[in-house]
Amino acid sequence: MPDVLSAVLIIMGIAFYLAGSVGLLRLPDLYSRLHALTKADNLGLGLLTAGLALQSPDLFTVAKLLLIWVAILAASATSAHLIARHARRRETRPCPR
Amino acid sequence: MSPLSLTLFDILLLVSIVVLAWTALTSADERRSVILFMAFGLVVALAWGRLLAPDVALAEAAIGAGLSGALLLAALRELPSAVTASGDGRRSHALRHYATQGTVSVLSVALAGMLAWILTAHFEGPARDELARAVTSHLELSGVSNPVTAVLLNFRGYDTLLELAVLLAAVLGILTLGPGRAAYRPSGPIFDALTRWLTPLLLVTAGYLLWVGAHAPGGAFQAGATLAAAGIVLRLAGSEWIGLPRDGAVLRLVMAAGVGVFLVVGVSLLVLGRPFLGYPPAWAGALILLIESAATLAIAATLVLAFIGGRLPTEADRKGDAVTAPAAGAGANPDPSDDGEPRPC
Amino acid sequence: MTELYALAVVALMFSLLLGLVRVLRGPEEGDRMLAVQLIGTAGVGVLMLLSRVLGQPALLDVALLLALLAAVAAVAFTAQPREDGDA
Repeated sequence: MPDVLSAVLIIMGIAFYLAGSVGLLRLPDLYSRLHALTKADNLGLGLLTAGLALQSPDLFTVAKLLLIWVAILAASATSAHLIARHARRRETRPCPR
Repeated sequence: MSPLSLTLFDILLLVSIVVLAWTALTSADERRSVILFMAFGLVVALAWGRLLAPDVALAEAAIGAGLSGALLLAALRELPSAVTASGDGRRSHALRHYATQGTVSVLSVALAGMLAWILTAHFEGPARDELARAVTSHLELSGVSNPVTAVLLNFRGYDTLLELAVLLAAVLGILTLGPGRAAYRPSGPIFDALTRWLTPLLLVTAGYLLWVGAHAPGGAFQAGATLAAAGIVLRLAGSEWIGLPRDGAVLRLVMAAGVGVFLVVGVSLLVLGRPFLGYPPAWAGALILLIESAATLAIAATLVLAFIGGRLPTEADRKGDAVTAPAAGAGANPDPSDDGEPRPC
Repeated sequence: MTELYALAVVALMFSLLLGLVRVLRGPEEGDRMLAVQLIGTAGVGVLMLLSRVLGQPALLDVALLLALLAAVAAVAFTAQPREDGDA
């Protein structure tokens, strides 16, 4: 039973990863691509982590996996904010004549 | 893992590495090159993991993927904008350019060919692992159970001592550059919130890597790089002294401690009648940990100093600045357009 | 189960290659940084799976380091040095 659940979680995780990457390529704008990255990819990583955690031999590994996921979540959120703000600052507005 | 999927994984990894390396080197925009180089470091860390070399993967992740990007970017700020080519002498410049390119290309091809020949010649005979067997058979004498640490800190400890001396020479070079770069503006509340837990976590991870290096992949270099990353995070968050000792003498002592502790241990063993750096097996584990702790601090200090680009500003520098710069309000002074709105035209 | 891990690793590498396209193409700097974040997250996933497939628990430590340093790259790019007139 845990094997089946792990397999399902991992497959769903990979699906979200691929969806995020496709979004990165196909979406028209930097800001919409940021959405694809931070939401889809981190959810994919979360599902992957959950699937691997069910298969882990000991609690220390599970704790490490969860720590990695939480760190990526926080780092992605902060990076997305910083990247968006940086891009927004570099936009130039045409001067009204 | 089935051979087919492993091969497919290897091919994808190889393609990424080659493409990233080529584009990072040949890109016209320098910032683009740095970004590609950071991605390159990430993928090479994966390659080390695939090659079952977790110690190197740890070092590559800390240094290649994290620190070198920040170091290169900080250095890019100092470069003057591209100098336009002068009209006269353009032809001689082009000739020199092509001659350089030709020479470098020939040498690179020759080097690559030699490496390829060495590797394929190695594959033909039976696997030669005398060195690996020698290490494993003497592992219990070394005081640690991780063969990489045993080789680095015990069997070839002299090499590591010299490597640390090279780092010390680098520190001396950086200190001669004068006062370092200006500190960064605070990046705002969101990055501050990240820094607040990221820095302690990096510190704890550095300690963990130092401790675990005795029996699992890890060690002084990886721990030192992680510690340096914590310092760089603090520096990027706007802190100027990042918790380093303000007294110049203490700071220099910490930086020299890497080589210093190593030498003290080696010479004490000489005085006690043993060979230089010949640890007695009962004490080897403790001595290795002592040397690695000092080395971690020294490596971290070197990398952080490289990021700062010089020595930390002293009171004398600050007094000099206070004369020229107008007195501004204390605390964070964010960019007026910090709410992210486009700059006015 | 190992076969599933292997397929997942290959799929993540494809995802990484897609990110590579964006790094090379992305017209703005932000697009490239964004793609580096993707490569980092995909790399962490690959390392987590490889640590199970190859039997190397240390690769989880590598993944942890990559996760911790993921934000440092973005900050290094967007941080601005203090100029005269700041506190």
